[in-house]
Amino acid sequence: MSQRLLLTADSVPRLPRHAKLRFDRARDCWIINAPERVFELDAIAGEVIQLVDGTRTLAVLVDELAAKYDQAPRADIERDVTTMLQNLADKGFVIA
Amino acid sequence: MTDQADVSLGAPTEDAAGPSGSRSRLIPYAVLCELTHRCPLQCPYCSNPLELERASREIDTDTWKSVLSQAVDMGILQAHFSGGEPTVRKDLEQLVEHAAKAGLYTNLITSGVLLTRARLDRLRDAGLDHVQVSFQDTEAGNADRIAGFRGHAKKQETARMVRAADLPLTVNAVMHRQNLHHLEAMIAMAVELDAERLEVAQVQYYGWALKNRQAFLPTREQLDEATQIVEEARVRLKGILAIDYVVPDYYARRPKSCMGGWGRQFLNITPAGKVLPCHAAESLDFLEFENVTERPLAWIWEHSSAFNRFRGTDWMPEPCRSCDRREIDWGGCRCQAFALTGDPDTTDPACEFAPHRQVLEMPVGEAGGEIPEFVYRRIGNG
Ligand code: SF4
Ligand code: SF4
Repeated sequence: MSQRLLLTADSVPRLPRHAKLRFDRARDCWIINAPERVFELDAIAGEVIQLVDGTRTLAVLVDELAAKYDQAPRADIERDVTTMLQNLADKGFVIA
Repeated sequence: MTDQADVSLGAPTEDAAGPSGSRSRLIPYAVLCELTHRCPLQCPYCSNPLELERASREIDTDTWKSVLSQAVDMGILQAHFSGGEPTVRKDLEQLVEHAAKAGLYTNLITSGVLLTRARLDRLRDAGLDHVQVSFQDTEAGNADRIAGFRGHAKKQETARMVRAADLPLTVNAVMHRQNLHHLEAMIAMAVELDAERLEVAQVQYYGWALKNRQAFLPTREQLDEATQIVEEARVRLKGILAIDYVVPDYYARRPKSCMGGWGRQFLNITPAGKVLPCHAAESLDFLEFENVTERPLAWIWEHSSAFNRFRGTDWMPEPCRSCDRREIDWGGCRCQAFALTGDPDTTDPACEFAPHRQVLEMPVGEAGGEIPEFVYRRIGNG
């Protein structure tokens, strides 16, 4: 890596090799394992992160969530999801 | 290698919810497997105990496998393979494979001096998730002097092999008075080696490091400069290199949450199979530690006297007992409190409210004075 990744609607986010996603039965939530770190994800973040698999653009990912949670405006979902994923990207836990 | 990095193992950051105090049973996050105390290096800050365990006392492959399986059943998420130098063990691949198959996140903590590309490939294929290579400095001469071993060039080669094998890399650098002036270069080296992460670790003063404190303790000026360098680099390298950095205890106003609290998140298993709440816990020589060859790991975690001795807040004296940070830093490090005051139940002197805070005045006052020779980590030198 040599440049900061800035996520846009066209980015195809995925987890880097050192970050491993799995559901943890003991804690009953999705977690990301990373060196010296464990991110425990709440229910919503868990939903989002499962779609971060290197096949969907951010735009498609937001569409899918918007279809599923049709009470929330798409723009709000887009903003929250982008913020969450950019935050993980800045820490090196999401790449594109 | 077992260097200072280990203190944050398994401790979730502010991003994570962390184990809630209300949970009736605490679920540990990580197990540190110290496979051996054998190591070609002799770092004078090594966190291994002064009494090094000999090869003949090491537990065997099947015992380690059983420990790893038990860890998964307890809800442990990560297994860190450390030492000594863990690659000395010929069964490392088997253990990594066993852990990875069982669903553990696997991390190899190594000095890098014994690794070949073929072995790295085997470890990767066995399911290894991450490699951490330690560096003593950026300059070969000084690095090799600190390690008591000519290994710097090989370490750089290993770090490159790790990336060539498509494994993620953390550069671990223990920084102190005799190499802090190369911090900027260390950050550049981590970027150049294509590391994901740089851990700027501080020397923790117990065991070997306490013997060498005068040789390692930086001055306040050195430290302030380092903090500024890290802050600038973090902004500049956002999304490129993650930098972990903590201010050393002697200059902090509050202690760190050692191991995320005693017996809350973490277990350490010694080469001989003893189970410790932290890698330095054997320095608390009045504690008795259970062994995985005699008891189930879950029993040791829940019921052993060593794990319960400082668990939670009941053991705390004032000022911790009535302090609103008592479940944030858990009163600081027990090993440090004991090493510096002789009283394991007192507030860590790293806290400015500690009754024994003045024990830091002498070493801090003398920081920057004459640099003594190292006492190297080797059997017989403890
Ligand atoms: S001597 Fe150095 S490399 Fe070896 S275990 Fe100790 S800190 Fe690690
Ligand atoms: S008094 Fe105890 S609990 Fe409060 S900040 Fe100091 S060490 Fe932590």
